[in-house]
Amino acid sequence: MRVSRAETTLNYVILLGFALFALTPVLTILLTSVSAPLGEPDGLYLSNFVEAWTVGGFGRSLGNSVVVAAIVVSLAAVLAIGAGYAFGTMRFRGSTPLFYLFLLGLMIPTEATVFPLFFDLRTLGLTDTYLAIAMPQVAQSVAFGTFWLRAQFRAMPVSLLEAAALDGAGPMRALTRIMVPAARPAILTMLVLVFMWTWNEFLIALVMAPGGSLRTAPLGLANFQGQYTSETALLAAGAVIVALPTVILFLFLQRHFIRGMLEGASQ
Amino acid sequence: MGLDNYLDLAGDADFRAAIANALLLIVFYAVIPLVVGLVLAAILRRGQVRGMGFFRTVIFLPQVIALVVVAVAWRQIYSPHGLLNDALRAVGLDALTRGWLGDPSTALAAVGFIGTWVQMGLVMLLLLSGMSRIPAELFEAARLDGAGPVREFFAITLPAVRGEISVALVLTIIAALKTFDLVYMTTSGGPGNTTTVPSFEVYFRAFELREVGSASTVAIVLTALIFVINVGVSRIGERES
Repeated sequence: MRVSRAETTLNYVILLGFALFALTPVLTILLTSVSAPLGEPDGLYLSNFVEAWTVGGFGRSLGNSVVVAAIVVSLAAVLAIGAGYAFGTMRFRGSTPLFYLFLLGLMIPTEATVFPLFFDLRTLGLTDTYLAIAMPQVAQSVAFGTFWLRAQFRAMPVSLLEAAALDGAGPMRALTRIMVPAARPAILTMLVLVFMWTWNEFLIALVMAPGGSLRTAPLGLANFQGQYTSETALLAAGAVIVALPTVILFLFLQRHFIRGMLEGASQ
Repeated sequence: MGLDNYLDLAGDADFRAAIANALLLIVFYAVIPLVVGLVLAAILRRGQVRGMGFFRTVIFLPQVIALVVVAVAWRQIYSPHGLLNDALRAVGLDALTRGWLGDPSTALAAVGFIGTWVQMGLVMLLLLSGMSRIPAELFEAARLDGAGPVREFFAITLPAVRGEISVALVLTIIAALKTFDLVYMTTSGGPGNTTTVPSFEVYFRAFELREVGSASTVAIVLTALIFVINVGVSRIGERES
């Protein structure tokens, strides 16, 4: 297949243009994060990261984010694998309406549920706890994960399960020994997605912890921006700190991650 | 009580602005990224370019960065002495320079443009997954018949990805209607109510004004809007594919 030289050149121009567009804000913030803080002479200031870390209290907010992400990812993984397995491989009474209930969890926007939930949890004295920040996200992630894994488990050859049954393996053993290893790429993609969404979540973390003692990393940055509006260099350094975990994870796993997205999307 | 909340809302200028703004954001979050995504995916699928992995990764990158961070970056670009104004001055367009997020005539478009930047990679990737299923022989045949890249795109590529287009539209339109982080971090709905959006109104009414009833009403309207658009776009996608 030949593509004319003019067409190829135009293709590269378009791709490079959009790649540059995608990278410009990233480079802007990286350059700003090492630029001179207010009142300092020009130069390269790696010390901005240390300064932002201390002043912005990012040690604490990143710690909070790690705790929340650990709760959400682990709970959602276990529950979604179980639910996806049941919906994908078993027939039971009420499975269809129950599955629609899970789908509803995907479709109803957080914006609609988070405020009434806040008032409920406040009545129970549960706001400003890790649970209040994590559990709504567990619910969302289970809805997504079940949807995602049901398709995976359903697509697996029936012979796999039949062979397991012939070997005398119960449903639990079949799940842990056969289904989970076979679905490992899809499960990993799910874990990465849920981690990224949890790490970047803003509204739930904002609403559920009004006291400010359990700020997650994005909230820490928002708060930092509110207090040090004119300190652009420090603010940029803080932004880099908050963005780094998800960006690094993405760059490390990008081949795998993008393939998982491509396959998942076409199901 | 009851329905009165909805009647009050119908006459509420901030609420009407929020809905109108959200609908306009759909252009920036969904329509423009769809056009851009189609072009980029078609090139990556067909253009026989080197560095496909690089382009894919870089253009998708905005999707994985926390919106709070995205907001910090774009605030600097849009600021009076930021990159955008510097670039305009460099090419002699000094008259156009302004604080993009503070000017009522540009604030909403400035927020929306950030949405374009975030969503184009996601749309590109979704469409690429659809296009990778098109057999190469189809393209070969089209080119042998003398079709150029544009004809080829409309005759083969576009019809093959209808399903992915509807998935991409559902995801990006919902993202547009749910916009919160960006508005909270860049403009707080201002200047005036030029950039307010439904979810920001919910937050503002519930926590700043302490009008829980009115906040819930906005939340219900937002949910209904998302449902209607969800179902509508999926229906169109199913009928066409």
